[in-house]
Amino acid sequence: MSYSDKVIDHYNNPRNVGSMDKKDSDVGTGLVGAPECGDVMKLQIKVNPQTNVIEDAKFKTFGCGSAIASSSLATEWVKGKTIDEALAIKNTEIVKELALPPVKIHCSVLAEDAIRAAIGDWKKKQEAVRPAEMQAAQ
Amino acid sequence: MSTDVKTATPTSQHNGQHPNPNGIKLPIYMDNHATTPMDPRVLEEMLPYFMEKFGNSASRNHPFGWVAEEAVELSRERIAKLIGASAKEIIFTSGATESDNLAIKGVAEMYREKGNHIITAVTEHKAVLDTCKHLEKYGFRVTYLPVQKDGLVDLDDLKRAIDDKTILVTIMAANNEIGVLQPIAEIGKLCRERGVVFHTDAVQAIGKVPVDVNKMSIDVASITGHKLYGPKGAGALYVRRKNPRVQLVPLIDGGGHERGMRSGTLNVPGIAGLGKACAIAQEEMPLESVRMAAMRDRLKHSIMSRLDEVYVNGSEEHRLPGNLNISFAYVEGESLLMGINDIAVSSGSACTSATLEPSYVLKALGTGDDLAHSSIRFGIGRFNTEAEIDYVADRVVETVSRLRELSPLYEMAKEGVDLKSVKWAAEAH
Repeated sequence: MSYSDKVIDHYNNPRNVGSMDKKDSDVGTGLVGAPECGDVMKLQIKVNPQTNVIEDAKFKTFGCGSAIASSSLATEWVKGKTIDEALAIKNTEIVKELALPPVKIHCSVLAEDAIRAAIGDWKKKQEAVRPAEMQAAQ
Repeated sequence: MSTDVKTATPTSQHNGQHPNPNGIKLPIYMDNHATTPMDPRVLEEMLPYFMEKFGNSASRNHPFGWVAEEAVELSRERIAKLIGASAKEIIFTSGATESDNLAIKGVAEMYREKGNHIITAVTEHKAVLDTCKHLEKYGFRVTYLPVQKDGLVDLDDLKRAIDDKTILVTIMAANNEIGVLQPIAEIGKLCRERGVVFHTDAVQAIGKVPVDVNKMSIDVASITGHKLYGPKGAGALYVRRKNPRVQLVPLIDGGGHERGMRSGTLNVPGIAGLGKACAIAQEEMPLESVRMAAMRDRLKHSIMSRLDEVYVNGSEEHRLPGNLNISFAYVEGESLLMGINDIAVSSGSACTSATLEPSYVLKALGTGDDLAHSSIRFGIGRFNTEAEIDYVADRVVETVSRLRELSPLYEMAKEGVDLKSVKWAAEAH
């Protein structure tokens, strides 16, 4: 199969590869997929507690070129967004940006899941640390 | 993917330089189990039969036919010689898939009164498995023998499986994915003792390792040209005529060619090529198999001495000399192929298959799906060189290392996490 130039670019020059400290209260970690399926994505976000803006994001992925590109792109897109803006990212936008063929659409779905999982994890941590604030924000 | 042949200056989109001082031509072809480039001597043998000696080998009344027939008969001899058979026992088909179909359906139909039980193995080629599945719809009972961790069939399992309704055992001589060699002589002996017809798909084995239909008690064997530096679309089926005589019901009617077993005008150029490929293999196999094994072992050592958690799939002892099938833990196969896109190999990963299922052969070995997704099959062949082996090894090591830096699984494993105990969030597939 032939890959789009953007997928190849992300594959050769992945953005934001790495790990953050899981225990940091400002870090949300999403781990989605399963080795048996051939796709596992770990996406982490570092959120500014005052502004709820995602200041940094990192990823690591076990999967095909399209999966790597989808998660790399996801880290690019969430950076600088607020939590709510990041939650609005749809897998279809990833499909469009990377020109993913139908057989690879599930990679974009997993990337969207990874974003949500990271945000979900961060939210859980916030609820534990500053419950009142979080309640008000809901 | 570009098919231009270039000399090896850094052509892949990589940051690093690739040391390749030997002027290797890219892309490198190392997928010789999928198909093989034609040997120039084979092409030379075939050419006259397209334009000058173009006759129909069944035309009995003029030299055009006789000349074509001569070529066909020479090929028959050459193929027979390679497997220790007699020329009369070779019939020509369009390829291995047709040969497998003809063998299995043909024997099943012929011996139907005697019994309806067929035995095969889970690691067979789809041409065999799908044919068996088809027969199950028509009143045949099929036993699919499991294989051991090394990919070999357990002879005791086979012994137990044969009953008084068994009419056919079909087990491949060499596996196309993992290169494993089945104990054909022992299987043949057992079948002969129990009066069961023994068919073997010998496609990957022919010309690479010795196959002798008498020493191995083979009754029917499938052969094709394009795995042996010969043409595509030209295959053969060996059908035993003596001790015992095996008969089969043809699949194709229409003129009664090939002793009534396979009607249709013969593909004379293809057959000439197939015969020549077999003759070359006969001559060169002893030295060539040593050279293949040396290159394969060099590749294996070069990779495994520089990477940890790399596993060979299937028996290392009972294996085709040119085959190496390895899993690189924590790295997915398709992403690995993408990183070595100037090298043609294949993978057992689901992402690379049409059905999105990981390799059923690797599954049958008990390899976990994750390692199946991480497997690469290298098929080294006659035209590969040591320089190519070294280049491939370097690129593989470099790409695996890079992908492991990207891999959350590698990170977790290094942290001491037991990946098998993790509760993975099931994803929507």
